[in-house]
Amino acid sequence: MASRREFLQAGLATSAILAGLGMTNWSRAMAQQALTQDQLLQFDDFGNLTLIHVTDAHAHLRPVWFREPATNIGVGEAAGRVPHVVGESFQKMFGIAPGSPEAYALTYPDFESLARSYGRMGGFDRVATVVKAIRAARPDSILLDGGDTWHGSYTSLKTMGEDMVRVQNLLGIEAMSSHWEFTFGTTRVQELIEMCQFPFLGANIYDVEWDEPAFEPYKIIQKGDLAVGVIGQAFPYLPIANPKWMFPEYSFGIREERMQEVVDELRSQNVDLVVCLSHNGFDVDHKMAGRVRGIDVILSGHTHDAIPEPVLVGETIIIASGSHGKFVSRVDLDVQGGRMAGFRHKLIPVFSDVIQPDPEMAALIDDIRAPFTADLEAVIGQTDHLLYRRGNFNGTWDDVICRAILEERDAEIALSPGVRWGASVLPGDITREDIHSVTSMTYGQCYRSEMTGETLKTVMEDVADNIFNPDPYYQQGGDMVRVGGLAYSIDPMAAMGNRITDLRLIADDTPIDPARSYVVAGWASINEGTEGPQIWDVVEDHIRKSGGVRQDAPVSNITVKGL
Amino acid sequence: MLISRRAIVAASAGLAGLAILPIGLRAQEATTAPVKTADEIIAEFTGGAEVSEGDGVTLTAPEIAENGNTVPISVEAPGASAILVLATENPTPGVATFNFGPLAASQAAATRIRLLKTQDLVAVAKMADGSFVRTAANVKVTIGGCGG
Repeated sequence: MASRREFLQAGLATSAILAGLGMTNWSRAMAQQALTQDQLLQFDDFGNLTLIHVTDAHAHLRPVWFREPATNIGVGEAAGRVPHVVGESFQKMFGIAPGSPEAYALTYPDFESLARSYGRMGGFDRVATVVKAIRAARPDSILLDGGDTWHGSYTSLKTMGEDMVRVQNLLGIEAMSSHWEFTFGTTRVQELIEMCQFPFLGANIYDVEWDEPAFEPYKIIQKGDLAVGVIGQAFPYLPIANPKWMFPEYSFGIREERMQEVVDELRSQNVDLVVCLSHNGFDVDHKMAGRVRGIDVILSGHTHDAIPEPVLVGETIIIASGSHGKFVSRVDLDVQGGRMAGFRHKLIPVFSDVIQPDPEMAALIDDIRAPFTADLEAVIGQTDHLLYRRGNFNGTWDDVICRAILEERDAEIALSPGVRWGASVLPGDITREDIHSVTSMTYGQCYRSEMTGETLKTVMEDVADNIFNPDPYYQQGGDMVRVGGLAYSIDPMAAMGNRITDLRLIADDTPIDPARSYVVAGWASINEGTEGPQIWDVVEDHIRKSGGVRQDAPVSNITVKGL
Repeated sequence: MLISRRAIVAASAGLAGLAILPIGLRAQEATTAPVKTADEIIAEFTGGAEVSEGDGVTLTAPEIAENGNTVPISVEAPGASAILVLATENPTPGVATFNFGPLAASQAAATRIRLLKTQDLVAVAKMADGSFVRTAANVKVTIGGCGG
């Protein structure tokens, strides 16, 4: 990433890029100890256009706890640069005081105690307040949604994404990109698009049969006297990471040459600014920014990174706005002569106890939840420790899920997907809504089958290469598959096929035998016709039977080597 | 407004359809003879002439195949008289040789190929002046799952 100093130099070189980066203002506000809505929203207006970016909410309508990762290993050129910097190193890099609100919002240390001090974050009624305040100050604002909005909660599953489209329409989203949206299947996606009062963009979504663009690639949005070209880029590896039988009509891919073609087309129409609303993931966007010419701003989603300053690559800035509604990015731009001449940015933290809920949006959310209130609020059990998922390897929530799979499905080994969505739970009650936050999906069947030790190793090597391949264009942006009943060592820097060693079965502490068949259970299979109970029912049954979630013997044992 | 080929074909059903591509395509031959290696096929195509790396030939392929059984690829080499395409790690590496006649409006071709596993694709173009240029692209064939 660009250091703060490089940033300022670049700014001076290009013209009026300002020293007043959002983070600095924010730090100052925080230092005053008293958080107020005015301070969180404080922003010295700049330039002649504002972009507002939200992304990867995963249908979390209400405020959440969300612990940021303790492990986020970067490989190749990405090693040591954001977003592959966590905890105290992250705090040092951005001058964040331990224990401060920003440390709570952006890093994992002391998460549990800070969570009790600073409260939950996000909630679309608070996001609506932020958006309205920005729009009031800046009529020439464009609100863009990076996708992974329709999926991820009990209400979104029950309404098949419709709840989120209603929220997006009320919020006034002006264009969106996509990923998990497609797991509702082609027919439902088309129905929901019909309901959207804004375009669903995807320059890289092609028709499989005809190998030609299947969605609108971009939208030119007119604000004041500026024409802004907004290009949508869907998650490139949808048919590989998610079940392609649900959307067999479409092909995706990074399609760098297509992105260049679309940028060139926009430039030939004399737009004043080119914005890429991307669901590539941060490292892919970083590489793409260095290779595709003519993009002014990449609004980056998918990998759930919250980065307090824009990252500069050539003349392109990349904005990463976190996930689960925790943050809203405001980017003020000075657009002159068909290009970005300067910018000012703030990653606005949505502290739900500080920012007032917008009454109109709060009413809509109540209306959406009303039919399901009893189900959502049902207390299934208690936990005696913090439950979280995010990180490269098993989180405590994953351990609970894997233990549930092992016991409820009578398996030797459990596999749980390395997705990055799912809120945290503080010690105390676990509700059905909490369980759905980490399991909700349209293909949640918990299968039980047999797998040889050799196949298991192949699968794990394959997933590891999807995360740790040194070339970002070969990364899929998830985390390592979560395991139960299994111990292993991993060297992320090793070559494909050589990363995973010392695979052992925890139950009897024996090495995994390549030739032996093991009973393996898991969920989120991408294969059509997968059978089994839904994973949220498996987890719920387990928690009820065991009388709650306790921190007992580790369900996995993972050693990371070679760093 | 997005105009798709599918829509146009549907709209114009009943009208005469396909353009004739000015390309001769020699698909790989089914043969019982020993399979030639990628290097041998290149040597045969170039007659042993030197092959330079880089500009002049473009090979477009997905970084990760969505379906290894049908991977869309395309090649382009302005001014070329022929382009050889190889899948280096397939049991039979030969994919196709596209020959372009003097009336070809562009020297580009697209097809779909089957890939056994993760491997490099190689394209070698024979240019009008008789020189050869080469490029490669790595395509990963993966099991998938667990994204998010």
